[in-house]
Amino acid sequence: MAENSIVKTEKKADLTAPEFTRGTVTFTPRVDIIETAEELLLFADVPGVKSEDVDVRFENGELILHGRCNPRGHAANSLLNEYEVGDFYRVFALSESIDAEKIGAELKQGVLTVHLPKAAAVKPRKITVQGN
Amino acid sequence: MQVSRWEPFGNMWKEMSRLQREMNRLFSSPVGSDGWPSLAGSFPALNIWQDEGTVYAEAELPGMELNDLEIFVTGGNQLTIKGERKAPKLDKGTWHRQERGFGSFARVVNLPVDVNAERVEARLANGVLTITMPKSEAAKPRKIVVKAE
Repeated sequence: MAENSIVKTEKKADLTAPEFTRGTVTFTPRVDIIETAEELLLFADVPGVKSEDVDVRFENGELILHGRCNPRGHAANSLLNEYEVGDFYRVFALSESIDAEKIGAELKQGVLTVHLPKAAAVKPRKITVQGN
Repeated sequence: MQVSRWEPFGNMWKEMSRLQREMNRLFSSPVGSDGWPSLAGSFPALNIWQDEGTVYAEAELPGMELNDLEIFVTGGNQLTIKGERKAPKLDKGTWHRQERGFGSFARVVNLPVDVNAERVEARLANGVLTITMPKSEAAKPRKIVVKAE
């Protein structure tokens, strides 16, 4: 796993108080991160979260993913109970090579996709070699 | 929840009972040929509940379409969910993290009552699959009128 400087660290210590006052369970979503020449692509599984309940923020160099998932109530008459429903929360620290202004996110079928474009300075540039 | 890692904080006893349930689930899975519980057979995790006339099943399948899924009821009470979760198509790029799982899966569960296979409905919204299975007439509770003399 290439842990280079673009995704610096994941801040576990930032899982702090205000998010958990709702009294629901909070899960860490599973995430894929792929780096291409232009951008970093982040996919997070957040099943049950609607687009109006997802909060993607970038502040102080940190990308904060927060999805609120309301309980789907059927506690009574349960026959099989293998998983629980709860909120999703995860924080990533990003290096300065990300162009924060152009971060974009979309949610489709419970998968959150975040586009993190690289700043122009770190994009690979092809230099034309002129022959004669 | 199977698609997510969990973080133990907050109510410790609640977390302990969750852990116990997860362990029970792990060790009650069918044993594979190598003697270890076969985890592949237990995806997706299911929540199943019922009311008077209907049995409901719910699974978390983010990023899937109904076309990628095959859902059927055989023998009156055997629910099968089959499907394949495809990895995102990317020509090139470096993977920094790979935590999400992809591939084919199948799960068969026996329901405690017979359902009407013709009228089973499946709905996929926000990555959550909900299957509605009306109970067969014979399985529905019937109110018996007690006559007083």
